[in-house]
Parts: sequence; C-alpha cells; structure tokens
Amino acid sequence: MAAADEIQSAQQATARAIAGAHSHREGALLPILHAVQEEFGCIPPQTIPAIADVLNLSRAEVHGVVSFYHDFRDTPAGRHVVKLCRAEACQAMGGAALAEQLLEDLDTGWSGTTADGRLTIEPVYCLGLCACAPAAMIDEKPHGRLDAARLTTLLSELAP
Amino acid sequence: MSITLYVPRDSAALAVGADQVAERIRAEASARGVEISIIRNGSRGMIWLEPLVEVETDEGRLAYGPVTADQVPSLFDAGFLTGGDHPLAHGPTEDIAFFKRQTRLTFARCGLTDPLSLAAYRAHGGLVGLERALTMTPEAILETVTQSGLRGRGGAGFPTGIKWRTVYEAQGPRKYIVCNADEGDSGTFSDRMIMEGDPFLLLEGMILAGIAVGAEKGYIYLRSEYPHAIDTMNRAIRILKDNNILGDDLLNAHKAFDVEVRVGAGAYVCGEETALLDSLEGKRGVVRAKPPLPAHRGLFGCPTVINNVISLASVPIILAQGADFYRDFGMGRSRGTIPIQLAGNVRHGGLFEAGFGMTLGEIIEEIGGGTASGRPVKAVQVGGPLGAYFPPALFDTPFDYEAFAARDGLIGHAGIVVFDDSVDMLAQARFAFEFCAIESCGKCTPCRIGAVRGVELADKAQSDIAASGDPAPHYAIMRDLCETMKFGSLCALGGFTPYPVLSALNHFPEDFSGEPRRQAAE
Repeated sequence: MAAADEIQSAQQATARAIAGAHSHREGALLPILHAVQEEFGCIPPQTIPAIADVLNLSRAEVHGVVSFYHDFRDTPAGRHVVKLCRAEACQAMGGAALAEQLLEDLDTGWSGTTADGRLTIEPVYCLGLCACAPAAMIDEKPHGRLDAARLTTLLSELAP
Repeated sequence: MSITLYVPRDSAALAVGADQVAERIRAEASARGVEISIIRNGSRGMIWLEPLVEVETDEGRLAYGPVTADQVPSLFDAGFLTGGDHPLAHGPTEDIAFFKRQTRLTFARCGLTDPLSLAAYRAHGGLVGLERALTMTPEAILETVTQSGLRGRGGAGFPTGIKWRTVYEAQGPRKYIVCNADEGDSGTFSDRMIMEGDPFLLLEGMILAGIAVGAEKGYIYLRSEYPHAIDTMNRAIRILKDNNILGDDLLNAHKAFDVEVRVGAGAYVCGEETALLDSLEGKRGVVRAKPPLPAHRGLFGCPTVINNVISLASVPIILAQGADFYRDFGMGRSRGTIPIQLAGNVRHGGLFEAGFGMTLGEIIEEIGGGTASGRPVKAVQVGGPLGAYFPPALFDTPFDYEAFAARDGLIGHAGIVVFDDSVDMLAQARFAFEFCAIESCGKCTPCRIGAVRGVELADKAQSDIAASGDPAPHYAIMRDLCETMKFGSLCALGGFTPYPVLSALNHFPEDFSGEPRRQAAE
C-alpha cells in the first residue's frame, strides 16, 4: 500500500512539473495532456488534480477534456498499438472484413488489449492513406495495401 | 559521376515500403560500386505507383513503380540508373497520362523536391509571393486574394478574400491565423501531402495571411493521426525561423509572424472550425453557436482567420502570379484549381489537381481508370463521410461547388471514394449514422441523439429484411429524422450526415428493399 502511495505521489509530482513547463503557453491543456500521456502511457486519474491546480481549472474541467478526446486513455495500452482504419475508403477495399478477422483471431474487441498485454487494437477514422487502402498505423508507422496475410506478418514481426 | 534518385518520404509511400526500397537501393549501389545520392521527396500523387522511384537522367526524371525492395536488384540489372527498360518503367514521370493531364498550381513543387530544402523551395518559385506581398499594402493583398476567386478548400467554399477582409477590418487586442489541418474526411489526403511534401508553401501562405490582416501569431491545428506531417511541419518552422523568414522581423521587413503546431487528439468534430478553436484553447472540442463569426471573435475571443491547409497553400501562387492567372482556371463561381483525391476501390488512386469543371465520370473512369477490383462502379462518395453517394447515372455532374449542391451533394474537401458493386448501401447509411454518433460533440440534440436513433432504424430495417418483413416504415422515420438533423443541428456533422443517408436511400433503393442485393457480392 505504501509503495502504491509513493508511485501515486511521484506521478502527481511529475504531472505537476509537466504542467508547469507548459503553463505559459496559450491554451496549454492539450499539449500538457499529450506530454503526460507520453510520460505514463495514459493520463492517470490521480494526476488530474495536479494538472487542474497548475492551470487554475477545476478537476471536472480537466476530466471533461480528457474524456472528450479519443486519444487520451486512463489506463496504459498494450505494448504495441495497432490503429486500424474503419473509414469509407478502407471499407471500399475490404477493411471491415480485415478488422473483423483480426479481432476474432486475437479474441478481443475494438479498443481492447490482448490477454498477454501485447497488442491494443484501436479503431481510427482515416489515416490519410486512402489511395492505398486498407490502411493501419502500427506504433506510429503507416502501412497500406493490407490483407490478412500481410497484417499477420507485420504483427508477428513486432517485439514480444 | 553520382546519379540522383528520388524515393518519396510521403506517408503513403512509406506505408507501402519506400524506406525499405531506399535502403535496398543504397545497399545494392554500394555492392555494385555505383555512386548515387537519394533525395527523399514528397509524393507526385500517383499513389498506385508508390513507391515511385525516379532517376535523374539526361532525358529528365524517369519513373519506376510500384517498386518493392525485392525488385531493386532487377532494376539495377536492367540498368535503370541510365534509364534502362524494365517492366516497372513508365518513362518520364511528367509524361505519365495521369500527371500530364493535371494543372498543378498548388502542388507544383510537391514531389519535385526535398520538402525541407529551403534552397530547392526558392529555386522552384517559393517565396516569390511573399517577397511581392512585402511591397504591397494590406488592402492590395486582400484585393488580389478576393479577385482571384479563391474559395475555402476545406469544404464550405467561403470566399477567402472576404473572410480575410473581415478580420482585417475587425478590432481586437491581437489577431490570429489558424490553419485547419484536422483533415479527418475519409478519402482525403491533400493537406497531408502538402504538409509532408511542401511544408514551406503552407507556412508562406500563413505568413501572407498574417501580413494581410495584421496578425502576428499562427497556429496549425494538426491531427494526431498524421505523425509524419507533424514532424515535417515542426522541422520546416525551425528552418524558416533559422533563416529569418519567420520571427520578429521577417525578411527584415519590420513585420513579425510566428507559427506553432498544435496536435489534435483524435476528435473528428475538431475539423469544424469553432470546435477547433475551443480545442486550441484547451477545452473540449465543442461546437460554438454562430454568430459571432470567428472572424470577429475567434481564438481567445480575438479576430481570427481560420482556413484549411489547401486554401492557405493556394495563396502564394496567387500573389506570385496575380489574381487573373488563378481566376482563369475553373468554371462558374468555382475558380482556380482543386486537388481531387481519388481513393478507395479505384485503379489509379491518388491526387489529381485540375481546374474545376471536369465531370465526375471523366474523373472516375478516365483519370481513375475505374475500380481496382475490376468490377463495375456502383457508388462514389464525394466530400468525405458527410458527402453524398452518387450513382453512375449522375456521373455527368461537373466538379463545381454549385453543380454538386444542385444535386444534393457537396464537394467538401474534394475526396472521392469509389465503391464497386459489392457495397451494401444500407450498411453505408448505417455507418454514416454510426460515425456521427461516435464523433458528435454532444452539444446539440439532433446530432447527439439523432445519430443513435439512425443506427437503430438501420438495424431494425436490416432485421426486417432478414425476416422477410417490410422495412419501409423505418425509412419513413429515417427520412423524418434526416430532416430534423439537417435543419436542427448546430454544425455540419449532424447537419450533413443526412447527405450520405438520403443519397443512399434515393439512388440505391434496391439495397433497402430486401431484394436479392447480395447476389452481386457473391
């Protein structure tokens, strides 16, 4: 229990420092949240009061922003994040079937993480790779002209 | 003598293996003792040929593509470094039919140069517009932009010059230029291509806007789904600052302008200009009621120009070549050129810049070459997820803001997604509602609740069809719901979701009636 408290207060201190480093900027909250997520892999709920305090906002206001945006998560993702495009151009090239098959194979759902914590599969609505659909972004790397075999290979090449 | 090759660094090229191709070319050249240099350019826009490798020869730049890393040794064997023939050879890049037919004004440099070489930018006509503008009065700049007939390329088509003049005349403690780079529409990637392929052009456009209206600060609100564009824009800003083209006294002209990239966080609705402004202010991306217009009270309550990437990127050439030059392209009230993006199930997918006025049929069949699958085209969605589905029967529609509006459609950001005959239009109508429900900011009821009801109606119709019942009553309610959303929503998300839904219902009734529509897919 003491160890958990220690982690929590260390996280709060870090979040406070991050918020402080950005607080002079106009509309600083989004850059702060991106930086906090970069640091912890998520926005730990216990860091919200610290961020709110630095920006002189209410906790509700910060929570409202965190929960509004699809990118921000309250628990860390798996070790690799696979963003599969669900939008129309990818649908036109069989993207829906590709996604369905992958989710079934991994026994997870949209935004779900595999049981071993290795992969998180997220829906994304357009990566701007619409002329080489279906497309995905795996750990920030773009991939196009995917089919089931290619996707399987790409995922198997990722570190465990 | 060293031979120059070009291997694009555009995300679409990277997505299909451009890095591996470049690496293999380097390895192969070194193994064969050939001296080469590789320039990582932007994309020429012929995405179906990516990775498109170009070789600089006496006959100009020759194209080979789509190249895979495994094919690189065979290219060397065929002597591609001196233009040798190979099954992947397409001859001079600019003679490829898809390229040759274009009028590339905004994309003139994209794919030609190293995007982050300021010297190359200058050598190919960059900064001419800015240098000219620095000798002009703000009124003269505003007049030039107005006379060019440029309209907002983000979708709404509002005259850019009038918007700028409104901000110029507005009073405020300070003014802002905001670039809307939240390109969320499926089937569109022109903003991404400019930011990755010619970032200085966008920055030049923003500086011009700043000089014209008297703003000293610009923000680029860039979606998080575009990590490469974010990186390229940040590097480009750094380079311009180092060269005194951005900063406190740009080009020693006693004018200040600074630009900062702000990264979005995965909310489609932030592409709506007022939601974007709220997001920039660090709030939830909730749509504001208008008036006040952003031009009067925008970012932090100050007069704000908010323009799409392509609108801003179109301004430098207008200043460089004059309003008449730009206005002479196009048709009717749609002047200049538009980068059309061909995507989805299309043989020749990519970016095609042309004057307004080509018909949809010419674009899909002649330029796009029909579907990638080789099956008949059944529907094309123009203008992103909020755009209408057009059947081939309407392919005589000219690409023009007013002509599309007259047929209950919209050009939007000029993306065209092609579907073959295996598409189920009831499922597409359902998706339109589903997408609206996922992305609604929640402020207005027709959008927030209407979208959810729409999904339910589509599901009920689907289950009635499966049970051989009559789904028609659901469509009567669906049409009524669309009416409410269209006229009762605060912004285009709820207000335009009826476009894909109603166009699907009206043009493809067979998919909604439970007739044996699955046949085509089987």
